[in-house]
Amino acid sequence: MTAPKKKRGELEVPERFKLTIDHDLCKRCKRCVTECSYRAIAFLEGKIKPLGGCVACGRCVNMCPAHAIEVHQIPSQFPPHANFNERVRRAIMSQASTGGVLLTSCGTDIAYPVMFDEMLLDAAQVTNPSIDPLRETVETVAYLGGRKGRLEISDEGRIYLGGDPAPMVAMDMPIMIGHISLGSVSYNAQKALLMAAKELNILAGSGEGGLHPDFHPFADNVISEIASGRFGVTGESLKRTAGVEIKIGQGAKPGHGGHLPGEKVSALISQTRMIPLGTDALSPYPHHDIYSIEDLQQLISVVKESVEYKIPVGVKIAAVHNIGAIASGVVRAGADFITIDGFRGGTGSTPRIIRDHVGLPIEVAISVVDQRLTQEGLRNRVTVCAGGSIRSSADMVKAIALGADVIMTCTAALIAMGCRVCQQCHRGICSWGITTQREELVARLDPDVAAARVVRLFRSWNEELKEIMGAMGIDSVESLVGNRDRLRYFGPNSKIAEIMGVKHVGEGWG
Amino acid sequence: MSVDKDAFHEKKSSDLVEDAWAAVSRDGDVAIINADRRGPDGRPMHYRTLNALMRQIMLDEVKKIVVEGAMGQRYIASNASRKDLVVEIHGTPGNDLGAFLDGPTIEVFGNAQDLTGNTMNSGRIIIHGSAWDVTGLAARGGTIFIRDNTGYRVGIHMKEYCGQKPTIVVGGTAKDYLGEYMAGGIIVILNLNHELDTSPIGLSVGAGIHGGKIYLRGKVDQHQLGSGAIASPIADEDIPELEGFINDFEATFEIPVPRNWPDFMKIYPSSSRPFSGHYDPTCI
Repeated sequence: MTAPKKKRGELEVPERFKLTIDHDLCKRCKRCVTECSYRAIAFLEGKIKPLGGCVACGRCVNMCPAHAIEVHQIPSQFPPHANFNERVRRAIMSQASTGGVLLTSCGTDIAYPVMFDEMLLDAAQVTNPSIDPLRETVETVAYLGGRKGRLEISDEGRIYLGGDPAPMVAMDMPIMIGHISLGSVSYNAQKALLMAAKELNILAGSGEGGLHPDFHPFADNVISEIASGRFGVTGESLKRTAGVEIKIGQGAKPGHGGHLPGEKVSALISQTRMIPLGTDALSPYPHHDIYSIEDLQQLISVVKESVEYKIPVGVKIAAVHNIGAIASGVVRAGADFITIDGFRGGTGSTPRIIRDHVGLPIEVAISVVDQRLTQEGLRNRVTVCAGGSIRSSADMVKAIALGADVIMTCTAALIAMGCRVCQQCHRGICSWGITTQREELVARLDPDVAAARVVRLFRSWNEELKEIMGAMGIDSVESLVGNRDRLRYFGPNSKIAEIMGVKHVGEGWG
Repeated sequence: MSVDKDAFHEKKSSDLVEDAWAAVSRDGDVAIINADRRGPDGRPMHYRTLNALMRQIMLDEVKKIVVEGAMGQRYIASNASRKDLVVEIHGTPGNDLGAFLDGPTIEVFGNAQDLTGNTMNSGRIIIHGSAWDVTGLAARGGTIFIRDNTGYRVGIHMKEYCGQKPTIVVGGTAKDYLGEYMAGGIIVILNLNHELDTSPIGLSVGAGIHGGKIYLRGKVDQHQLGSGAIASPIADEDIPELEGFINDFEATFEIPVPRNWPDFMKIYPSSSRPFSGHYDPTCI
């Protein structure tokens, strides 16, 4: 899918980025022309010239051997108006030309307040000792699955796991690479993510569309997904993986289905999703067998029957306004884990109106769900997994302290691989070979190199997690979960703090 | 990854099945389960017990499992995958009968409830009665034969892949949203228990259809069609395919089907790309 070419003189949306070429440095090797999948640069009349349509993906800047290219954001070409701001006017102009629903990708770029940045963590001083994580054990192993078992003692004094135990999956750090489907990203990109997950001994989501046969060796590190289109879902494929997630919603597009355009349904995607070549892959907006919590319970139960109770079965929901009650229903329906996706979460394609204006920030959603489940006596039954723009280890620590057992992140892993968050994924011509199915572009991403970068990123996050836990005097990540007393709110809106169950800065423990 | 899949499996099935083997009898390579055998609480066998029993039995060399006295137990034979297996059910199975089914034949002497053949991959489900809502949801292959009627949202998002073509043949009628989001496969509505001048299907039929075909015997009005669906009389080249399904239906249920081809209509997608042009990919 490419933007329609406009004729000169037509009303057109002004360019946002300008390429500057230093012709003294330029060796005229034309590398940039080959690298630019957006055709924003050309070799004309003996010179490299920008053609317009630059999206600031940075590929040419990175690859130019002479460091002769710079990308600049063009200052606003619009007369100033704080209300009809540039963003609004660009949307109007574009839609007046195409008459379509504006598509976009990645997480929202609107500068909504980020509560992660408005919270400060506690540290141990005098009354409780801090721990040096380099010399003492700080445990970061996390578990995904139902927590329904309990230790029981038999008449003979033997201790055993009783109750109704459910299977759990252990991972070395409380990080899960979220559901990024093959289709939204390339073969090499998904391979790199799965290789990283295996190397780190963590989990990665398959995304909708099943697991490609080549990726079966990674199945023990994969949570497979049942989304509304049921693409690639077979009983065999579910059994193979470490867990199953029923996807009800996604933070970037709550209530919206999926639409993989026919252009992206290549032979590879056709094989994985089990659909004909070149047809649109439409995921219905809802699951048509789930119109209630009772219906969800049925799907959870039938999946558990189908995987013979060997692996955890969870449910992913987008963070929406009634998230507390919905989460309670999901747990009561029998989910072993519940994944909450905040509204700043990413996507490979979504209507912009939904990405930018629907849902709840993940910080609020985590604490609301944690508090609600605790009040109802359900919290100890499930694993809560939370994502939707976890950008750093600091966000991770705060998300866990707010009440998540495991955090889920996608965009950070993609940035580690080369993504610049230019928000063009839906066009399918990613110059970094990540969100594209074009062979020549996919080949640009070396799975080994990309996987190693993701591994280093998350290892460093885990080390930072240990550092901060040590400073707080906490020796196991499980003791940090829901430990909101170690957070203080340092922002403009104390009502938010009250809802999150986080005290204001300056309030002590008493 | 430290998930011990087998440890849990053994624990679950041994816990559940221990006493229940008393409900199972064997006759050569046929296993018979009395699903109405009452436990100490006076209730019929729990679905988890029934399904755990069936999974254990499937590991043996049985050719056929007969479930007698089915009392609404859900998820029967879900994810069963032995191609040569026949599951015969007497009574009323519960929802999600044969979900994710991949190979076996299930024959029900009675009515089926909702979600029969949910996301089925291959195999054959025969209902000597009616099957209610959401039958064949997202089926990718296999065949579902229903002697009488079916309910709402039947055949939603059926799709075909690599020679796999899911089929639902209904002797009677169907309700609204038949074949919604349909991406492949065939639905046949034979309307045998109805007058030909009334329509055997409800409203919003084939809404968002972008693959596959619905054949029906009787009328369909424009107002019954969902967006993206077109109806027309069948063409000559449709007859061999349709007659194949009709022959199969007659052989299965021993009910004659009139073959007056002008009585048949078909509903099909106006495009395999119904939503192209809906979006503005300009990056602003």
